Amino acid sequence: MEYLELIGAIMVLLGAVVLLLAGIGLLRMPDSYNRIQVGTKASTGGVALILLGMALIIPSWFGKLFTILIFVMLTNPISSHVLMRAAHKAGHPMTDKTVVDALKKDEEDQKNKDNGTV
Amino acid sequence: MKNLKSKLVLFIILMLFWLLWNNTWDVEIWLYGLVPVLIVIAIFGNTANIFRGVKLTPKGFVYSLYYILYFTWALIKSNIDVMLRVINPKLPIRPGIIKVKTELKSPMARLILANSITLTPGTFIVDIKEEYLYVHWIDVCCEGDPEKPTKLIAEGFENILKNIYE
Repeated sequence: MEYLELIGAIMVLLGAVVLLLAGIGLLRMPDSYNRIQVGTKASTGGVALILLGMALIIPSWFGKLFTILIFVMLTNPISSHVLMRAAHKAGHPMTDKTVVDALKKDEEDQKNKDNGTV
Repeated sequence: MKNLKSKLVLFIILMLFWLLWNNTWDVEIWLYGLVPVLIVIAIFGNTANIFRGVKLTPKGFVYSLYYILYFTWALIKSNIDVMLRVINPKLPIRPGIIKVKTELKSPMARLILANSITLTPGTFIVDIKEEYLYVHWIDVCCEGDPEKPTKLIAEGFENILKNIYE
């Protein structure tokens, strides 16, 4: 039983470290797209570690914590996706390091095509 | 009865959640849960057609379990990858948005594919148009070769999802 608690505590600690790195990543990344990337992945992983660690410490909570984890995993990518799509639609500038932007190119092609046919 | 498969899948999912919340093997509690679950299915069963593509076969079930394992491994890899990038003083990123083609048709399969790609190393769905996914990639590789990114990003998930959804 004590071993389980120890493993659980270590997992909670690891989750906190992941979330801390996500925070540092938010400060270090050059544009909002990369910030959203880091925020989504690291926050999902960190929350997963913390919840599973808590489930090991208090096993009778497992069901509820697992449900929370499922909801976080389902909704976190969707909300971040909406944010990123909105940023792209609003024409938020990408960083200078950006190599390629296929979506912008396709949207411009579509616009040119529409203008040409009308 | 139409939409029987959707109702069955909905029933299984709702009952699973009820069991997880109550965390008990008491049959009486299960029977209490049956009443709200059946009411929800009676109201929403006909319109909830998002599960219509699910294959309710043993093969689909086994591949679902395999998918969960595969996805967990991808999530762990993605977290390590992101952490290493963040603490690296040089900040090694080459971001860009690329196009990836998908062969999946079922809406649920596409939702799961998009969510999975978002949570795996360095990739993030920006938009879906018809059969193309627009993926923001933190470290773009192999430009000029439109096939290779599809292989790297989507193929692993797609091959499993094809076995679960029609």
